[in-house]
Amino acid sequence: MAWTRDEMAARAARELRDGFYVNLGIGIPTLVSNYIPEGMSVQLQSENGMMGMGPFPYEGEEDADLINAGKQTVSELPTTSYFSSADSFAMIRGGHINLSILGAMQVAQNGDLANWMIPGKMVKGMGGAMDLVAGVQKVVVVMEHEAKGESKLLKACNLPLTGANVVDMVITDLGVFSIDKKGSGGMTLIELATGVTLDEIKAKTEAAFTVAL
Amino acid sequence: MRKVYPDATSALEGVCKDGMTIMAGGFGICGLPEALINALRDTGVKGLTAISNNAGIDGVGLSRLLETRQIRKMVSSYVGENKLFAELYLSGQLELEFNPQGTLAERIRAGGAGIPAFYTKTGVGTVIAEGKPVQEFDGEKYVQERWLRADLSLVHAYMADTEGNLVFRKTARNFNPMMATAGKVTVVQCEHLVRAGDINPDHIHTPGIFVHRIVHVPDAPKRIENRTTRKRTSAAAGTGGDI
Repeated sequence: MAWTRDEMAARAARELRDGFYVNLGIGIPTLVSNYIPEGMSVQLQSENGMMGMGPFPYEGEEDADLINAGKQTVSELPTTSYFSSADSFAMIRGGHINLSILGAMQVAQNGDLANWMIPGKMVKGMGGAMDLVAGVQKVVVVMEHEAKGESKLLKACNLPLTGANVVDMVITDLGVFSIDKKGSGGMTLIELATGVTLDEIKAKTEAAFTVAL
Repeated sequence: MRKVYPDATSALEGVCKDGMTIMAGGFGICGLPEALINALRDTGVKGLTAISNNAGIDGVGLSRLLETRQIRKMVSSYVGENKLFAELYLSGQLELEFNPQGTLAERIRAGGAGIPAFYTKTGVGTVIAEGKPVQEFDGEKYVQERWLRADLSLVHAYMADTEGNLVFRKTARNFNPMMATAGKVTVVQCEHLVRAGDINPDHIHTPGIFVHRIVHVPDAPKRIENRTTRKRTSAAAGTGGDI
């Protein structure tokens, strides 16, 4: 037993606070928008130049000029504003965005993150990921605990980094870890997913961590 | 001085030479100056360095100048969804400089604003910072990034007046305003062309001083890369989830 993608997204949504400005990455992080508690005001930023991103448009109302960072058609809200890419990254780099939730290929116990490139294989680019992890106030990674039977939580990343000492929290299908990214506290297991034992998570995690359940 | 040209071909006359650096606005294919890119291809100019967040998608945008091998080097943040690009890069036929998206936007803004270099936290401790000066300010490390400028900037706007004042629409704005400022020559493709004075001066996004040539392309195709919708019958849901 472990958390499903939706349960991971629901857990990540518990990091939201009223009034937050939030950037969600592609994949499981996008699902977090389905779990914003009723009555809580959260504005979603899309780094291509939009704050206050609405849901997908109704059929027939798609607008080629209105897309999110995943190039999907979206819609406007009463709170929406539009701006240039330079202003967008002023929000991000300038520390004005409260929370970034994104996926990862690898996270190290010191908060290093790798999610943009596999040398010789994947040529896509980092897009806005490096700016987001460097500039946003709190960085939460949501990812599967393992890939092809190998731990994605490592002592040290072996893929090219997206950011060094940038991750505050990792939510996987097996549990939740906090990381003291600027200090010497390392990684701490703070929650187990439903039906997951401490022994199981220890066996499936390469990174060193302390336990504070 | 008249800034308005009758078509994209004439708007590029006398400003294209082999080996030059160009910028093209757009995010994916949203806000793409497509008629100008196609006209640039038709000039046959070669050895281009192209600064653009993406390379279009297969068959659309700068990708069409990759087909003809007119681009020597790309400066971009994301080139997924483009098979030809990956092929050319992996086989060594295309040079590629990846920039974090915000660093790319700021380098262009700096170029237009006359700021030769700046410091940013983005990329510190990664390959992006290799070979660049890193300096500590108030206890944190920052990497130095340099400005970007172009011989020719190709820009898409929703509306232009005959003076070159521009208005962008929704997320089609993206990189277009900064690129307008960073080109020695900036050529704008607009959907609507109006007389000077018809746009409320308070509503102008890019002042006409940055714009040298304008072409009115009212019928440019507007493509959607990734069409996502929700059914009218579905209950109101959050962003994303239901397709």
